[in-house]
Amino acid sequence: MKQIIHLKVNGQDYEVYVAVNKTLLEVLREDLNLTGTKHGCELGECGTCTVLIDGEPVLSCLALPIELQGREITTIEGLAEGANPHPLQTAFAELGAAQCGYCTPGMLLSSKALLDQHPHPSRDEIKHALSGNLCRCTGYTKIYEAVEKASKT
Amino acid sequence: MPNNHKLAVIGHAQPKIESMQKVTGETQYADDLFLPRMVYGKILRSVYPHARIIGIDTARAEALPGVLAVITGKDLPIKFGIMPSSQDEEALCVDRVRFVGDPVAGVAAIDEETAERALDLIEVEYEPLAPIMSIREGLDPTLPQIHEYADQHNVHKFVSLEFGDMEAGFKAADHIREDIFFYEGDTHLPMEEHSCVGHYSADGKLTLYSSTQTPHYVHRALEKTLEMPRGHIRVIASPVGGGFGGKTDPFSHEIVACKLSMLIGRPVKITLTREEVFYTHRGRHPVLMWVKSGFKRDGQITALHFKTALDGGGYGSYGIASTYYTGALQTVTYKIPAYKFEGLRVFTNKPPCGPKRGHGTPQPRFGLEVHLDKIAHDLGLDPAEMRRKYVVDDATKTVNHLTITTCGLRQCIDEVTKASGWKQKTADHRQPTAVSGQKLALSAVEGSAVKHGLGIACGSYLSGAGLPIYWNDLPHSGVIVKVDRGGGVAVFCGSTDIGQGSDSLLAYIAAEEFGLKPKDIKVITADTDLTPVDLGSYSSRVTVMTGNACIQATRQVKEKILQATAEKLLVPAESLSMRDGMVICEDDENRQLSFVDAVNLAEKKFGTLSGTGSYKPPKRAGPFKGSGVGPSPSYSYSACVASVSVDTETGVVTVDKLWLAHDGGRAINPLLVIGQTEGSAYMGFGEAMMEESAFRKNMHKIPSMLEYKSPTTLDTPEIEAILVETIDPEGPYGAKEAGQGPLLPVPPAIANAVFDAVGVRIDEVPITPDKVLKALEEKSKGKEPRFGPKDFPNITWPEPIKVEPPENAPKLVQ
Repeated sequence: MKQIIHLKVNGQDYEVYVAVNKTLLEVLREDLNLTGTKHGCELGECGTCTVLIDGEPVLSCLALPIELQGREITTIEGLAEGANPHPLQTAFAELGAAQCGYCTPGMLLSSKALLDQHPHPSRDEIKHALSGNLCRCTGYTKIYEAVEKASKT
Repeated sequence: MPNNHKLAVIGHAQPKIESMQKVTGETQYADDLFLPRMVYGKILRSVYPHARIIGIDTARAEALPGVLAVITGKDLPIKFGIMPSSQDEEALCVDRVRFVGDPVAGVAAIDEETAERALDLIEVEYEPLAPIMSIREGLDPTLPQIHEYADQHNVHKFVSLEFGDMEAGFKAADHIREDIFFYEGDTHLPMEEHSCVGHYSADGKLTLYSSTQTPHYVHRALEKTLEMPRGHIRVIASPVGGGFGGKTDPFSHEIVACKLSMLIGRPVKITLTREEVFYTHRGRHPVLMWVKSGFKRDGQITALHFKTALDGGGYGSYGIASTYYTGALQTVTYKIPAYKFEGLRVFTNKPPCGPKRGHGTPQPRFGLEVHLDKIAHDLGLDPAEMRRKYVVDDATKTVNHLTITTCGLRQCIDEVTKASGWKQKTADHRQPTAVSGQKLALSAVEGSAVKHGLGIACGSYLSGAGLPIYWNDLPHSGVIVKVDRGGGVAVFCGSTDIGQGSDSLLAYIAAEEFGLKPKDIKVITADTDLTPVDLGSYSSRVTVMTGNACIQATRQVKEKILQATAEKLLVPAESLSMRDGMVICEDDENRQLSFVDAVNLAEKKFGTLSGTGSYKPPKRAGPFKGSGVGPSPSYSYSACVASVSVDTETGVVTVDKLWLAHDGGRAINPLLVIGQTEGSAYMGFGEAMMEESAFRKNMHKIPSMLEYKSPTTLDTPEIEAILVETIDPEGPYGAKEAGQGPLLPVPPAIANAVFDAVGVRIDEVPITPDKVLKALEEKSKGKEPRFGPKDFPNITWPEPIKVEPPENAPKLVQ
């Protein structure tokens, strides 16, 4: 069954006509061409598809757009202000926190949610905030360092 | 080569050239491609571990609205495989399935949902066969044979090699020790599920975009299986969202997507589900090991005998090379005057194993380094000092004919022992003992259930395989550099960036040579239409091989630019250097030209400016069959100290910290080398503590990311990476490898630390709480304080090939 759904993504209003069982992940990638949101399992296990809904990290593979009408959805494409990257993005790039880069959008959004609530988190707070986002490349160390650097700017 | 202080780009920590695209979501991985008229492919997979296919009825699937094509094994009957000697895979199984997950049929449909529904409508009649699910079953000649081409029934490959005088070695020993180890299989678990888009266009040419580490080998497999000239096929490796060796084989889904596209004339995308990624596998082989060594009172090894048995899974993959690799690199760390290796790989009805980070060497390295720890304990020696004393020398050969150019292992040991406070912390624990194997280290704090310990181990890995996968005498890496009159520099190379930074490497080298910034260099890679062949991102080969080819290509153009500039400025070309965007006369700095002006002069004089570079590793294989696996331009070295806490009540081991020093030659970008070292520490930790490809009732027990335990931020210990920079003569600016070697010492360092903490040996990974508790229970009963395999199967090995050691190999000291 298809339905018209109104979504607000990165400050922009969209009207999509999609099957009601289509996940937010699928709608973002396939209907809105926002392919910056990645997927690693589609089962809510890896955190790769993390987006923000009203500032809270949510796994887009488990979220249904029909329930998100009227909410503010932020994807990786909405993190920069125009051509100016978010301090987290700059820090991740400069400190080598993105190796293959595939988990990076999810990591960045979880990190943004953390910094929005705790602008100067401890290492332990960072670890807890990112504990739902798997990364296979970095051993996490450079990611912590990048979040810490961004928290100081 | 210029001195370090003169290098403007090389040796400086800096971001990768594509890092901003990665942090903004701009990077397009394979599954991010949506081509016009693109449709979706899905693959039906076997539900039996071992069965004959009696018949496949696709009629109902074909009749489903929205289904565009359905194919089976009869549409793709030509076999393929990464190794020329193991052409045993079919894109879709023709008459036999060999593991749960083996591909059986392919569907193209207008969307994924329709394709999935079509899979449900395909009827396959199977005749189940007895499955072979373990090494021991693989050795049982009464069970069905999985492949007909094996060395002996289900033994895919036997290897038997002997170097130097084993008898004399054991005779000269003060003591002899035997141990048995098991290293469980595990998988790469890249965050990106494999994905590809096949596009057969109206001009009769085929393009495949794929998340592959080896576009060149995929190119060859498509040519073979699709019976199409390679020149009509273009393979483009998309940015790879994690490889670790898991995307180095040509795969069924790549061939199926292309075939479906050829049938329907539209682009076809196939993206594997996470469950399918577990079946596609090619992960770490489970390896059972037996090791026996003779050694002197001071720990010097007089002879080493190593046996391995690998559980290969359903197909060959890289398995023959993997088997050799379980015996090749034991000799490159410490001086060993006599060495015998016997190894075999069995076929089993599980997803095929292949190369995972360290390819075949982390398992024997675990066995060897724990074995050495036991020897040190037997002798009452400091395990760090004992290793340090017998590190191989620079510019020598090993007993099995491998060439050591530079070895920074001693310095690695010094760095990690210093950083971890090893000497102070371990001095209290150790008491000299007689050789008994029973004396335990004691680090217990009286009364507490949690005990602490430190362990050390070392490792080494190759900087690129000395020989290509298929026999040929061509370059392993090619680079083309083009410089245009606007000052633009483009570097073309078939190398494939999997996140390690190989694209950036090309930019750093071109920028260094031309006196520009990495940002000024355009890099075009991994596209078989546009780029010269590079064999791919495997065996840690890219920095050394691509780097050398890139230096050669850039210097070819540089020479022309300098010559044209010299004529203009009326100075000798030798007095010119390129730096800060200028060509400058070092004898008179007033004489200079901008890079752009110099390029224009050169183009006027020589015509269109381009340069080519080719790299082939030095020919160093020893004079025996099987000598092709192991040789490399150089070897990296690593040492790790692990600090652990063991809860004796629950068996839970917590790794508190890992110190990991790595000699990767000159660090072309220290930021990336540290990143590789930290990532290796993490991955080695995961293998040591939790990751396992386990099977139950002939099924993969845990084909999901929730059940396949991998370390989160909360599990991963603090990691301190330390770089040791030997300047290796074979490498570009002295570089060696960094992507794989640092993983090797991590699992044995952790196992050795557990022993230091609680006095029990866990002789298999992963080191899970149940194993620790069982070993502690044995200890409390006064039995051997150990958990691990009890015996190694009794195997009739082929007569070993006996090889004389090279002239400058370590000699037996009487």
